[in-house]
Amino acid sequence: MGIIEVNGVSMRFNMAKERSESLKEYFVALTKGKLQFEEFYALKNVSLNVEKGDFYGLIGLNGSGKSTLLKIISGVYKPTLGSVKSTGTIAPLIELGAGFDMDLTARENIYLNGTVLGLTPKFITSKFQDIVDFSELKEFLDVPLKNYSSGMVARLAFAIATMTQPDILIADEILSVGDFLFQQKCEERMDNLLKAGTTVILVSHSIEQIERMCNKVAWIKKGEVVMDGDVKTVCDAYKNTQR
Amino acid sequence: MVTRIKATLNDFWRYRYLLVNLISRDFKLKYRRSVLGVLWSVLNPLLMMCVMYLVFSQLLDTRGTGIEHFPVYLMSGQLLFTFFSDATTSSMSSMLGAASLIKKVYIPKYIFPLEKVCFALVNTCFSFIALILVMVITGVTPSFTMLLFFFPLLTLFVFSLGIGLFLSSMTVFFRDIMHMWTVFTTALLYFSAIFYDPTTLGNAWFIIMIKFNPLYWYITAFRQLVLYGEMLTLEMVLMCIGMAVVSLVIGLFVFRKKQDKFVLYI
Repeated sequence: MGIIEVNGVSMRFNMAKERSESLKEYFVALTKGKLQFEEFYALKNVSLNVEKGDFYGLIGLNGSGKSTLLKIISGVYKPTLGSVKSTGTIAPLIELGAGFDMDLTARENIYLNGTVLGLTPKFITSKFQDIVDFSELKEFLDVPLKNYSSGMVARLAFAIATMTQPDILIADEILSVGDFLFQQKCEERMDNLLKAGTTVILVSHSIEQIERMCNKVAWIKKGEVVMDGDVKTVCDAYKNTQR
Repeated sequence: MVTRIKATLNDFWRYRYLLVNLISRDFKLKYRRSVLGVLWSVLNPLLMMCVMYLVFSQLLDTRGTGIEHFPVYLMSGQLLFTFFSDATTSSMSSMLGAASLIKKVYIPKYIFPLEKVCFALVNTCFSFIALILVMVITGVTPSFTMLLFFFPLLTLFVFSLGIGLFLSSMTVFFRDIMHMWTVFTTALLYFSAIFYDPTTLGNAWFIIMIKFNPLYWYITAFRQLVLYGEMLTLEMVLMCIGMAVVSLVIGLFVFRKKQDKFVLYI
């Protein structure tokens, strides 16, 4: 029994250009019989099994469907076909700063974003100092987020998302922002979470990082799983790909 | 079925603080950088009432002059109508506004229209301060039925929520609805007996027609309790509850059916 079981998941998107966004367009398309969308499968029959305590890496070229898969696992998308079963709480880091309101201050955003993750204000208060220390933004706490640099936003978001001990942490390309010192700090924290029993799924374009941190890897190409399993075998094969 | 309802309720309970936080965000952003701040919530309906009062009692000399306690009559209608129109209009675009969020994190989606309707209710509560002020100044006789003011308000809340859920899910697919709704609410404004008394218009047809307007029932119920100190008839009570339930059931049904597709269209 894995903590995340992905069974034969396919995800179909209707291409944007044929999408009717107004009633008039809709009826015009309807009368002309053109209401068929161009279909695009971002994922085709993907199956994965992540065990508890895994540090699972996802690799693949741009547009291969990695982020779509993460969104399906975290419940943002419903798969067109197949099913996903996961047990426990999920902390999604699909994009740092999702759920921030740029007009609010960092202090207000910590509470807003915490409750987006389903936490109680009381709990957030107890972790508040932690978050401030980790993100090193003490002197900017009462500044609206729109005046932050992207690195500062990323630091705050990472600190908030990892303040709990989630059962599953989903991280999409998040370690590429921030300076190298902060990246080290993030890796350290992810390692700590892992040791405490969190399962981590990581998407990264840095093969070196995947090789160093993960114990299992899946390689996705054009929506299909090419290989999965042992880090070294999969990464070596991936590195040998040509466009 | 029972387990599904239970799961939904659990989900809602988990995200209750998000609801509160979103409301407080809207509140903060609404008054940030304004000198008078929250005071505007009271001042605004007061000033609006003054404008409408001047227009309809001095300038146009409509039937308004014949209505007893015209300022309170006007204001109570206007407050309830503004609540409905604010709640539905803002919840209509709530899913679009939450796009960046629901594309990246799982959140029960009905939170957003619900939040907008709650926020409109909070604003209306502030406006009540203005209403009470006007009532005291114009000398409306207090009565015990005033304590029941929450009945038309809460049923209207549920009614607006149903409409809001319906509109917000339809707007995701057809943006035209936003423009149509603006026109529709303006038409509704003149058709809700806010600044006239339909029984004095001398048009029998109109009196029948206006009963098809749900807002007319809520506004009339509110006035009966607060302004005239009359108990509501059974018909009144059933109409208020019935319309709210029907609206909520339809709204929830449509919303549930469509919600999984939202992320693909916003």
